[in-house]
Amino acid sequence: MFPELIDTRPLRRAVDDGLGWVVRNWGGELEAAAYPLLMLLNWIERLLIATPWWLFIAFFVGLAFVATRNWRLPLVVFLGLIFLGLMQLWRDAMITTALMVAATLTAIVVSIPVGVWMSRSERVRQMVTPVLDLMQTLPSFVYLIPTVMIFGPGKIPALLATIVYASPPLIRLTDLGLRNVDPAVMEASRAFGTSSTQRLFGVQIPLALPTILAGINQTTMMALAMVVIASMIGAGGLGYQVLQGIGRLEVSRGLFAGLGIVALAIVFDRITQAYGRRIQERIGVGEVR
Amino acid sequence: MTEHGQLHDAAPAAVPDDPAIVMRGVTKIFGPDPEAALALLREGRSKADVQAETGHVVGLDNVSLDIARGQIYVVMGLSGSGKSTLIRHVNRLIEPTAGEIVVNGEKVLDMTMAQLGDFRRNRIAMVFQKFGLLPHRSVIDNVAYGLETRGVGRAERLEKAAHWIGIVGLSGYETSRPRQLSGGQQQRVGLARALAMDTDILLMDEAFSALDPLIRSGMQEQLLELQSSLNKTILFITHDFDEALKIGNRIAVLKDGAVQQVGRPEEIVLNPANAHIEEFVRDVNKARAIHIRTVMEEGAFEPCEMAMPADARCEDVLPCFDQHEWVGVLDGTGRQIGRVRARQVIKALARYAPSNGQA
Ligand SMILES: Nc1ncnc2c1ncn2[C@@H]1O[C@H](COP(=O)(O)OP(=O)(O)O)[C@@H](O)[C@H]1O
Ligand SMILES: [Mg+2]
Repeated sequence: MFPELIDTRPLRRAVDDGLGWVVRNWGGELEAAAYPLLMLLNWIERLLIATPWWLFIAFFVGLAFVATRNWRLPLVVFLGLIFLGLMQLWRDAMITTALMVAATLTAIVVSIPVGVWMSRSERVRQMVTPVLDLMQTLPSFVYLIPTVMIFGPGKIPALLATIVYASPPLIRLTDLGLRNVDPAVMEASRAFGTSSTQRLFGVQIPLALPTILAGINQTTMMALAMVVIASMIGAGGLGYQVLQGIGRLEVSRGLFAGLGIVALAIVFDRITQAYGRRIQERIGVGEVR
Repeated sequence: MTEHGQLHDAAPAAVPDDPAIVMRGVTKIFGPDPEAALALLREGRSKADVQAETGHVVGLDNVSLDIARGQIYVVMGLSGSGKSTLIRHVNRLIEPTAGEIVVNGEKVLDMTMAQLGDFRRNRIAMVFQKFGLLPHRSVIDNVAYGLETRGVGRAERLEKAAHWIGIVGLSGYETSRPRQLSGGQQQRVGLARALAMDTDILLMDEAFSALDPLIRSGMQEQLLELQSSLNKTILFITHDFDEALKIGNRIAVLKDGAVQQVGRPEEIVLNPANAHIEEFVRDVNKARAIHIRTVMEEGAFEPCEMAMPADARCEDVLPCFDQHEWVGVLDGTGRQIGRVRARQVIKALARYAPSNGQA
């Protein structure tokens, strides 16, 4: 055994008391700060549930067709979504989709600026990278418990945990995409007297878009991976069905809900990837040298 | 061939007191602590010495140039000699370690960032070896890019862009993407993009080096033809001595970041300043470098049936000897100032061959 050189109890107590103090004194404010997120999530959820199932299916099948101009992906999307409906998982799937979409949208709004900032400063990159490593490796329960203590069980901690878990790949890929833009193109733009903002929006972001979209794709996938854990703290949805299946030893319920998550993952993964490829083809990055 | 000769004729309308670009003692050292390396360089150490001792790369070593208006001024040197570094100082894409740069009478290094942006948008345009086209924009939007950054309205800039696309011979490709074009076509887009800026000064960094020989030669002729009507100040970078001789009104030879010799093409061919330049001269097509003015028999003779401007090259006049014994030499106003015949030209080409010395 490692000798007990220091007494960790005061340290632990300090952390616990500190959190308790935050909950008591700042709980209300933090909850108010997170309220817009809750509004967003609820709004998306209501919208999706109110949307007739056939419209939802038609929309995504159409999206898949526009992205690929091919019947294969639309068929996959159609079958995946029909499966959700037939298995009586439609409503749960909408709740899960709402959580995923809300988390992804928030992650995009936060991550892209952070990625831009990282790509422009070596120092920022050195500071942010370990934080991202931490966000990706720290078991999610570690930050889930404090968020539940602050916000109480429900949708907000579930959403926050999902955002924390799903953002890092988008931040990393935004940074990577922006830095990998052909320096010859950037220099040409500079020689024509553009400002750095003009270069960012007119050259860097358009050329990094395929990489950024790959990041968004990963973020949606990671957000979906989070749904079971999120449902433990009150997010509901497909994850909740899985959880109930486990709790009641109803293997079938857990299995079908689990397959439902897979179906959603396939639908969103393939559609975002198809759009990424399309943009890549359009600008032909890598072919122009 | 006659037209070709005249291309060179139109060029140097230089006002010697008012050069377009002046560089004085420009030195660039790449690395974290350029001052120490600069001190060594000032002691007269070589680029290799400085690099071995300090790990710093000497990009430019005390370069001073005067580039007169309306000229094609060629900077020639081997790969790594600092040509790209030199040309990027003119629009301050690179900050020098020491020295002064004046363009159109303005000190480029004293400009604020805002002034520099203004300067790049309005006074100077650039063509790149790797083209530097925006892959996500159509050809016409690429050509209009400089005008767009200048704030020119959409209709006007597209009209101008279409005009220049026509001039470089790419009509019909307006809506193509750069990647759908060949290398030569892409560089025409790059050229049109720079010309659309309508600036007095054009910077071209190895603009034709990435192209196949035939296409390159076509682009050179096109540039000369354009220049005969545009009369811009063109700073042209190349590693190809033949190219330098073909298009340059003046040539500066660069080695290890230092200027070795500056002169008219035939001055360099006839009197290479050192062994390094002599090596270039040895393999060169002298007929392309030597003006007929330098070999002509000067004086008032009977007007010849066939005549050429004094700035025509031996290469241009050679085919004329098929039909004519004598070819007249005209000055800028069209007055005959002398004449040449085949023997003189052949003698000039032979005499300067290093193998038979100064015989
Ligand atoms: N950003 C840079 N950092 C360090 N060294 C550089 C940099 N740019 C150019 N150099 C060095 O400066 C010298 C001149 O380079 P360059 O101007 O590109 O040559 P050229 O265009 O004639 O081939 C070379 O030795 C090159 O390695
Ligand atoms: Mg170069």
